[in-house]
Amino acid sequence: MINATVSALSASLAAKELSSVELASLFLDRIAAAQPALNAFVTLDPEKTLAQAKAADKRRARGEAGPLTGIPIAHKDIWCAAGWRTTCGSRMLANFVSPYDAYVLERLGAAGAVNLGKCNMDEFAMGSSSETSYFGPVRNPWHPDCVPGGSSGGSAAAVAARLAPGATGTDTGGSIRQPAALCGVSGLKPTYGVVSRYGMVAFASSLDQGGPLGKSAADLALLLNGMAGFDARDSTSLDRPTEDYTRLLHSPLESGSGPKPLAGLRIGLPKQYFGEGLMPDVAAAVEAALGELKRLGAVTVEVDLPTSDLAVPAYYVIAPAEASSNLSRFDGVRYGHRAQDYGDLIDMYCRTRAEGFGAEVKRRILIGTYVLSHGYYDAYYLRAQKIRRLIAEDFARAFERCDVVAGPTSPTVAFKIGAKTADPVQMYLNDIYTIPANLAGLPGLSIPCGFGRGAGSEPSGGTGRLPVGLQFVGDYFSEAKMLGIAHQYQLATDWHLRAPQELKA
Amino acid sequence: MPMPAGPGRALLRVFVPSLRRGFKSMKWETVIGLETHAQLSTRSKIFSGAATAFGAAPNSQASAVDIALPGVLPVLNKGAVERALRFGIAIGASINRKSVFARKNYFYPDLPKGYQISQYELPIVQGGAIRIVTKHGEKTVRLTRAHLEEDAGKSLHEDFHGMSGIDLNRAGTPLLEIVSEPDMRGAEEAVAYARTLHALVRWIDICDGNMQEGSFRCDANVSIRPQGETTLGTRCEIKNLNSFRFLERAIEYEVRRQIEVIQEGGRIVQETRLYDPDRDETRSMRSKEEAHDYRYFPDPDLLPLVVSEPWIDAVKAALPELPEAKRERFQRDWGLSAHDAAMLTQSREMAAYFEDVVSVGAEPKTAANWVMGELSAALNRDDLDIVASPVSSRALAALLARVRDNTISGKIAKEVFDAMWAGEGEADAVIGKRGLEQITDAGAIERLVDVVLAANPKSVEEFRAGKARAFNALVGQVMKASKGKANPAAVNELLKRKLGAR
Repeated sequence: MINATVSALSASLAAKELSSVELASLFLDRIAAAQPALNAFVTLDPEKTLAQAKAADKRRARGEAGPLTGIPIAHKDIWCAAGWRTTCGSRMLANFVSPYDAYVLERLGAAGAVNLGKCNMDEFAMGSSSETSYFGPVRNPWHPDCVPGGSSGGSAAAVAARLAPGATGTDTGGSIRQPAALCGVSGLKPTYGVVSRYGMVAFASSLDQGGPLGKSAADLALLLNGMAGFDARDSTSLDRPTEDYTRLLHSPLESGSGPKPLAGLRIGLPKQYFGEGLMPDVAAAVEAALGELKRLGAVTVEVDLPTSDLAVPAYYVIAPAEASSNLSRFDGVRYGHRAQDYGDLIDMYCRTRAEGFGAEVKRRILIGTYVLSHGYYDAYYLRAQKIRRLIAEDFARAFERCDVVAGPTSPTVAFKIGAKTADPVQMYLNDIYTIPANLAGLPGLSIPCGFGRGAGSEPSGGTGRLPVGLQFVGDYFSEAKMLGIAHQYQLATDWHLRAPQELKA
Repeated sequence: MPMPAGPGRALLRVFVPSLRRGFKSMKWETVIGLETHAQLSTRSKIFSGAATAFGAAPNSQASAVDIALPGVLPVLNKGAVERALRFGIAIGASINRKSVFARKNYFYPDLPKGYQISQYELPIVQGGAIRIVTKHGEKTVRLTRAHLEEDAGKSLHEDFHGMSGIDLNRAGTPLLEIVSEPDMRGAEEAVAYARTLHALVRWIDICDGNMQEGSFRCDANVSIRPQGETTLGTRCEIKNLNSFRFLERAIEYEVRRQIEVIQEGGRIVQETRLYDPDRDETRSMRSKEEAHDYRYFPDPDLLPLVVSEPWIDAVKAALPELPEAKRERFQRDWGLSAHDAAMLTQSREMAAYFEDVVSVGAEPKTAANWVMGELSAALNRDDLDIVASPVSSRALAALLARVRDNTISGKIAKEVFDAMWAGEGEADAVIGKRGLEQITDAGAIERLVDVVLAANPKSVEEFRAGKARAFNALVGQVMKASKGKANPAAVNELLKRKLGAR
């Protein structure tokens, strides 16, 4: 049951083999048991969850159930959910109860999905390890000493540990894909504008994009069907006809057939994604996955993304710049944390923000404030925007030669908790392969493709086998096709079915 | 202290006093540019659906977007853009087909997001001009730009036990900030510009112009320079002037202050100043050094604002005839003076009233005199808007028709007007009821003239002796005897004949 896909669970619910309440209870029990070890959740409210499950059962009894009705979904604690505490992993919002639903919550709620709880995350989504949370670090279900990646680490860990059939996340520089890779699950960052940002606590508005995490590409397609859609309350939401993201799962390419479902698929391999810093085990797993894709009919072509090396620096100008402004609203005046003792207004601001924000958030506010300052704007922000355009042009050129770009999601497997906290730059380099898709607004997908061991610095064997992620970056609005390619890969392989050791029993 | 001899000393002695004397006798030119915030008359806010109505209970018109809850996003109000377009077209500006909303970052309790959304590098309206009329004639004031932005909330500093209250009803109210070039040369021109602009935004129905409620407020950039100098002096910005009188007095004070500072050998420091109407002076608020670094950058939550050609055309087609065009037409077609034309186009309602009076046959100059004279005086006296006038345009036209056809004299017409104003009915009814119809019957007037001549032999004698004033006295006596109803022309005529005949 815990390993069942969303569509299998949906079928069981439809066949009345189990009720939504039973399903939700099962996962709530698993969460409660795993919470001390993993810390994947920030807020649980079994009463609310079960009430929603009950409502889903009633709805089914009325014959109004859809594919997501009664399916429990864990939500990254960045999404506002009416009546739920929405902390964004920060002390600043530790007691903030949202009076409204984010579009994604509203939409999934309308589909009958059940809110299983709010997942732990890096504070304000700033991090690649889920260690910056005010509520303590999340642990990787594959090894308790390792990080799950971030910032959607709680969501990825929850899916990996089978605490939820699916989860929502957000991805600003890799925050869905990298934790998905490090936890051995599938994660999709859609094209910018496909999932409304209304009700998502903003980190970097021009890069933030919500998306699903799940055990398989097929599940991601079902979940994205429940999350995507035009929302007039988000000016950057794209007004496009509704898409069924499951439609290309079985035949992603017209040219494919039989044992060669991917015949005609050209996979672009950017040389920049296979260079220095890439852990050998990760490279090997990705090479093997590419071999499998070729067996399924795909061909590989080398592509050039020459601006890739500027992606991380440009990102660490643009994202902090937007964040420094987005986080100004947390001032202690209207809601959220306010310092207990203060002198004048300025003192209130200073103490409130000094107490309410963690070190990484402060670091990024400082960077962002600096790069937007008078006299520095042109040198930093404007140049970063130019680089951003060059990166998008790189991809546009690449997509003239290939249908999808592939490579590793992250240069390494999961690292030990605390290993990179002292060196922000090393931490930032985790997202070297994921950031370009955010800067270009392109869809990115990570699926499990093997295992690897820690690098030399890791005690050999100490962390055992850890998951490796394969990343696809597609052209705008190619989500359905990418999910189809991934689904074909997952039909031919079983990496996505592997669960952490202790769960096998 | 004795100074060492030498060329330096001599130079110093000569230079300083002469410079001082120079400043004292120097003629100064005042240079003024205005930044005006006009609140746009949309029903909902610029980036949220909350109402903009004035005077609601605190925070009752503040939505999730207005109080900046986590996760909320702005959505641009099309009505605000449409009003900006109307303004841009009305002043002959160029409309930027693509403009950009930026964030102006600063912390203040009444600024919920910690930034104000405003247009910075690319405003929607660029250029344009406004013609103003002062007693020295007409003048063109060029506009730099007009951009859309949101208003902040209000901090209430009293009655909260040592704390401040925040009312966010005003937060997110749409504003058009209209920036002029430094083209005005004194308080009079600045006020004329502000009044013309005020009339225009109401004329094109983009702003209610209510200055008490803060719907229309000005910041004045004031500097002085020696007459003939072409480079600008250092300016001071006077903030938040919400009446024409304060604008005038603040500028006058500021100019005096700046001249004094320079004459005393000082230097003007660029700063923001606040006008205190109670003490009638401006006070320093913050210097340029203390000015914020607002860290402007394009708001990533809003796409660039793109205005299509058809939209501009539609807005243009729907604009009413503008005051300038009307002024010219009144002068050209109806022979009104520039002054009268300007007076009658102070508001669209006044112009419409006047045109309505003329359209039913009143002579334009007479109609103009009545609208600007009796009617305006009565409206002012009773503090009424012209649309609420107890005497309608048609009723006034009917009254003027009775003057024209000699039923009553102009003087009696004023009495009739007052009666109409008091609600006694239409002109004809009042004339009938009060028996005010003019006496035009020559026989009746002749009888009155005879009686008056017989009763005033002294005046008759004086007239014969060459005193013209005596004639007027006699006319007055006849009019009095007729209770003002005798036709003055006929009285004149008959008197002249009778006196000549004797």
